[in-house]
Amino acid sequence: MLDASTPEHSAQPSTEAPPIVTFEGVTKRYPGIIANDSIDMEFRAGEVHVLLGENGAGKSTLVSMLSGLQQPDDGRILIDGVEKPISSPADALDIGISTVFQHSMLVPSLTLVENATLGRKWWQAPDRAGTAGAMKTAAERIGVTLDPMALTGDLSLGERQQAEITRALMRGARFLILDEATAMLTPNDAARLGELMQRLAAEGMAVVFITHKLNEAVAYGDRISVLRLGKKVGGLTPEELKSLDAQEATNQVVRLMFGTQGAQSGDAERPDMSTVDRDAKPTLELLALYADSGRVPLSNIEFKVWPGEILGIAGIDGNGQKQLAAALAGQAPISDGRVVLDGDYIDRMSIGQRRAKGMRYVTDDRLGEGTVGTFPMSINLLLKEIGEAPFWRSGLEQPEAIRENARRQVRDYDIRTPSIETPIGKLSGGNIQKVLLARELSGSARVVIFEKPTYGLDLANIAATQTRIRETAQSGAAVILISTELDEILALSHRIAVMDQGEIKGIVENTDGARHKIGELMSGVKK
Amino acid sequence: MTLFTDTFLIALIAGIAASGVPLLLAGLGEQLSEKAGVLNVGIEGMMLGGAYLGFYIAWATESTALGFVGGIGGGILVASLMALFCVRMGLNQIVIGIALTLGAEGATALLHHVQFSRLYPRLPDVSTWRIPFLADIPIVGPALFDREPVVYLAIALVPILVYVYRRTHLGLALQAAGDKPAALDSAGQNVLVIRTFAVLSCGALVGLGGAFMSIVGAGVFVPFMTHGNGFIGIVLAMLARGRPLWVLLGAALFGACLSAATALQVAGVDIPTDVVQMLPFVAVMIVLLLAGRNAKLPAALGAAYVRGER
Repeated sequence: MLDASTPEHSAQPSTEAPPIVTFEGVTKRYPGIIANDSIDMEFRAGEVHVLLGENGAGKSTLVSMLSGLQQPDDGRILIDGVEKPISSPADALDIGISTVFQHSMLVPSLTLVENATLGRKWWQAPDRAGTAGAMKTAAERIGVTLDPMALTGDLSLGERQQAEITRALMRGARFLILDEATAMLTPNDAARLGELMQRLAAEGMAVVFITHKLNEAVAYGDRISVLRLGKKVGGLTPEELKSLDAQEATNQVVRLMFGTQGAQSGDAERPDMSTVDRDAKPTLELLALYADSGRVPLSNIEFKVWPGEILGIAGIDGNGQKQLAAALAGQAPISDGRVVLDGDYIDRMSIGQRRAKGMRYVTDDRLGEGTVGTFPMSINLLLKEIGEAPFWRSGLEQPEAIRENARRQVRDYDIRTPSIETPIGKLSGGNIQKVLLARELSGSARVVIFEKPTYGLDLANIAATQTRIRETAQSGAAVILISTELDEILALSHRIAVMDQGEIKGIVENTDGARHKIGELMSGVKK
Repeated sequence: MTLFTDTFLIALIAGIAASGVPLLLAGLGEQLSEKAGVLNVGIEGMMLGGAYLGFYIAWATESTALGFVGGIGGGILVASLMALFCVRMGLNQIVIGIALTLGAEGATALLHHVQFSRLYPRLPDVSTWRIPFLADIPIVGPALFDREPVVYLAIALVPILVYVYRRTHLGLALQAAGDKPAALDSAGQNVLVIRTFAVLSCGALVGLGGAFMSIVGAGVFVPFMTHGNGFIGIVLAMLARGRPLWVLLGAALFGACLSAATALQVAGVDIPTDVVQMLPFVAVMIVLLLAGRNAKLPAALGAAYVRGER
């Protein structure tokens, strides 16, 4: 896990360095919202400048203007002190601005070298060997190892991002934007990226790092700017950052991000054991479950979950967690073993039958398998009940019942949406998650699987989601919480199962030494 | 067995070349377009455009070479509409493709009716290039190595395209435009320019294929004469998974089915022509069943690229 303790700032930022890019009163409007409201900001060489803000605070809009994807409606952009528009991505590259986006911008079907040569004169033959050499050199300079001839699609996201940064250096970038670059990385890869950006800044590069993780901002940033609702609401200068310790700095930033209200006080709390009734019959029981589908086959998975209990499933992403959730929800076939819910075997049941039995699955693929982006939010709330009364009668839609349901859920779950008819794809990640929660938790849920429920959400929505998870257990349902955030699992779960390579390596009670034991199980020290 | 006489075999192999060349050109064109992410359903229309304009110019100027240039122009003309609507304006590629095919069918039939309905002019045979020595091989020689220059050109396109795809930045840019256009854009290259180039080149190749049908194959222009060749080209491109050589093999296979009709008649076998004419389409379905399951298409195929859109 990422530790909040700040490593030494390797960069020695000097406020003397002139800004490479200056924003003066930059404003960008979209229909209905002001995404950026007269932003003044300077980006200097030799600094890691962190842009912090919740979802929808306007970070992405700001980045798209820096990288030439969008143009401001108002205000001035100065490059090296001279007013000059960044009119296209090619323009940005000419200035020396390179962007590494959250979603990799490498073509998966090409090798790293070929990706690095994209954009050169079309009639030339790609100089694969020469480029590979240059790539290796650039990678070594920043302490990254990569195989230039590897096919991009075979690499992990962390490796792809390192390759993208290397490519930016090869193009002579002096201004590097990392847009939510750590959001999809494993903790180790994220920490490595953090060190990398500090090294780059030390070499004199301007680094802009966009994140909504406070600990990363404080750990890696030389300067922090906080955005809220499209406005810059403050920040910390390098001097302030250096004079404060990590905890004080975090508190300051939290105050800026949320006004006076503080964030959740972290992992100090322990789950309330009183809701668990281990004397009762387990709600869910897995008996030697096997599944060969997918890249990670599940093998011999056995556990029980009692009513009111939260079972955390920890592990590095991609070790079979998704397959397990899909197998339980009925979306993927199992090859052997049994699943018992409230005393009945459900492993032969269809998805709908399992749902009727009280099986609920809150997916992390919110816009993929979770919702239909173009459907109105009100219909997405009923996606798994289409055709059922009272919302449909004799096959006909009952608009008033559907609207009434949507209005109630909007109220109960605090869903922020322009209207209940808005296509769900237009909502922010946090609100899409609320719609999913509203849908899956309504009715009589017996077992709820949460898969990476707070992934990509901002602090306020993380807190709201975690409260929902607790309430779900308190209402007597058995909860399976799949997460790659160990802190989250420790804060919420009563027991924690560690998953690795499609197997459960062990299950530990969430007592004092739990973090240590989980670490041992994850690293394979203890069998 | 008297079926496999020399006459039959020469007719069959020559027929493979004659019916395979339009398929080859259609398949290569479609492959180019699909590589860049544009599913070009309109190639049947582009082919007809090429067939008509090629024939008209060859007839009007009495020059086969100019006729082929006209065929290329006809294909590009129809393709430019595709580029305008689907690449520049981002409209639905399938709808526009179907509209272009239907539109070209109607337009060429009408023009033909107005100009040639009473004359029915026929073009003279196109002169062939005899390749020394190779043409002296029995059976295969006269069928394959004593052919119209366009045949050699079409086959030469295969290694040329292999080279372009594998050895030039253009090839990388085409693939990026089809697999991850945003990556190409952020690398500073204009996705719309690359895709427009791909669609127009596709039109040029397909139009040449159409001109081959009217100028070399039939010697006349007949309404609807492309007869689904463009659609088979789409299938070929899909099965070939980005490899020009596979398009060549596929075109030979389907060409053989098409030419079997003529060859069987030459050999005096009495099978209803309707049955024989079904052969290529039956072959399409069988090949699709066998090989179509794992066909891998570019990730962004069929999706218009709009910068900055999620």
